[in-house]
Amino acid sequence: MGREPVRPTGTAEQTAAAPKRAAPPGRRRGRETALGLRTLLLFGGPFAVLFAAMYIAPLLYATVSSLFVVKRSGLGLAPPTREFEPLHNFAQAFGDHDFLGALARVGLFAVVQVPLMLGVALGLALLLDSRSARAKGFFRLGAFLPYAIPGVSAALVWSFMYSSESSPINHLLEPLGVRIPFFADGAVLWSVANIVTWSWTGYNMIIIYSALQTIPAEVLEAAKMDGASALRIAWSVKIPAVRSSLVLTTVFSIIGSAQLFNEPAVLQPISGGAISSAFTPIMSAQAAVAAGNYPYAAAQSVVLALTVGVLSFVFFKLTSRGENA
Amino acid sequence: MTAADIPDTSRPGAGRETTMASRAVTLSLLLVSTVYFLFPLWWLLVSVTKPFGRQFSGNGLWFDGFGLFENISRLTEQNDGIFWRWMLNSVLYCGIGALAGTLLSAMAGYLLAKYRFRGRNALFGTVLAAVLIPKILFTLPLYLMFSGIGLIDNPLAVLLPSIVSPFGVYLARIFAAQSVPDEVIEAGRLDGASEFRIFRTVALPMMLPALVTIFLFQFVDIWNNYLLPAMVLSDDRLQPVTVGLVGWNASHGVAVPAPLVVIGSLVSVVPLIVAFVALQRFWRAGMTAGAVK
Repeated sequence: MGREPVRPTGTAEQTAAAPKRAAPPGRRRGRETALGLRTLLLFGGPFAVLFAAMYIAPLLYATVSSLFVVKRSGLGLAPPTREFEPLHNFAQAFGDHDFLGALARVGLFAVVQVPLMLGVALGLALLLDSRSARAKGFFRLGAFLPYAIPGVSAALVWSFMYSSESSPINHLLEPLGVRIPFFADGAVLWSVANIVTWSWTGYNMIIIYSALQTIPAEVLEAAKMDGASALRIAWSVKIPAVRSSLVLTTVFSIIGSAQLFNEPAVLQPISGGAISSAFTPIMSAQAAVAAGNYPYAAAQSVVLALTVGVLSFVFFKLTSRGENA
Repeated sequence: MTAADIPDTSRPGAGRETTMASRAVTLSLLLVSTVYFLFPLWWLLVSVTKPFGRQFSGNGLWFDGFGLFENISRLTEQNDGIFWRWMLNSVLYCGIGALAGTLLSAMAGYLLAKYRFRGRNALFGTVLAAVLIPKILFTLPLYLMFSGIGLIDNPLAVLLPSIVSPFGVYLARIFAAQSVPDEVIEAGRLDGASEFRIFRTVALPMMLPALVTIFLFQFVDIWNNYLLPAMVLSDDRLQPVTVGLVGWNASHGVAVPAPLVVIGSLVSVVPLIVAFVALQRFWRAGMTAGAVK
């Protein structure tokens, strides 16, 4: 189990960490049972039905509608009609400066925020795992608490931190003559990034820290016997050992960036125009819905989903090269 | 930081193996990060204890008079107590959604882990692929589908999508494979128990700690989902607390005094914080499983 030997509350953790030992990779899964249709439907049916209705159906619905075009008559008196023109909305999306700008903005956000957040999370996890750390339970809980705050609430709280009238941060900086313009055009994306980083760093840190706990004590002991320093062990033993957690958290963070909506939407009313109504791809799609053009919103969503899918896939492929697991 | 002075008993001899300097650097880095993580919550806590209307005065970092009870009663009076209605809605949506979702995930995960059937890999692959699609993309088509069948302003429009959790199935499959030995299932069969009875009386209790984890994550997930309830619920008596508070905030202090948003924000996150602190060992177990894969 974990390397911390005594932990009275560890039972649940042990059940979770145990399988590695209990079921070595080579074990045959011969006892799994072939089953009748009735049992299959009993266990899997309820989930399958809801999954089809709430995941597959919307996906098909969005994909199909993206292939149609909304046509309005000149005066707007007759109700708009839909015509099948598969490429029209996609052509429009790739010529839409607002939408492309939103995609680029979120791309920039991901390129900067994801490595920064995961770098800090990895650093904190290594610090917490080091022999020099004390009061681990306190630090672990402190880092994780922001995750318990819903994204919308976190954005509301930070909007008070940023507000030009009451910002406690600028209050603190006042004696230094510094004032951070949180809603300036160049700064607002990073104000949003800060909220996301605040919410998710601890969550990612705990995942990486949990993976660090599964490194066998003998391996670390051996490295120390060889005279490796703490930094050297962290770099050459610990980080390679948590590689799969880093890949996992990276993919989930990329997906998270693509979904960016709550934080900028909450900040928008007080941003003084710095956050436009098409700030992120999801906001852009929302704007298309508000304008009554659902097929165009669907097309934007499809472009976003495909982009994320391709990126995740490429990332998995790149990182799994040379890995035998 | 007094807790830092207590010797770490879990690793005897740790004191001899580390230098003062390395301990000082480690602790100060950890402290700086904790200040960052707790600073906004501290501000929120301090603001709520201040007398009503003084929430945005001063530097915001230290107590200044006491108005906690007045603040709570103002929050309760606003719009005939709509705030508590929102809290109740949130708890119901998240509680019912997460409970039903955990049960469905447990059954589907158990099925995938313990039975062999045609299409098993395809089914699991589909579930995994669904984890990788940004969930917010389902919101718009769901909204249109629900408008089509008249489910707008119906709690089911929030509950039905919330119940399905591909990530829950993924976790349940790992947990079922880990914590339910095949021998136990086999023994149940020899006793003549039906498959479902074995699941209910034998497997389910064994998976229980893991299921608490799935419940907790799904609860937070539903509480976090803002766009879906904001689109499908226009009647404010049906809305969850996140949607309600954002609505108050959008009034710019005109219809609803701005301090109420601050007070409501704190009150609305208290249940989540309590749940996380109380159930620490469960979510840590869940994240260990996620890390080990």
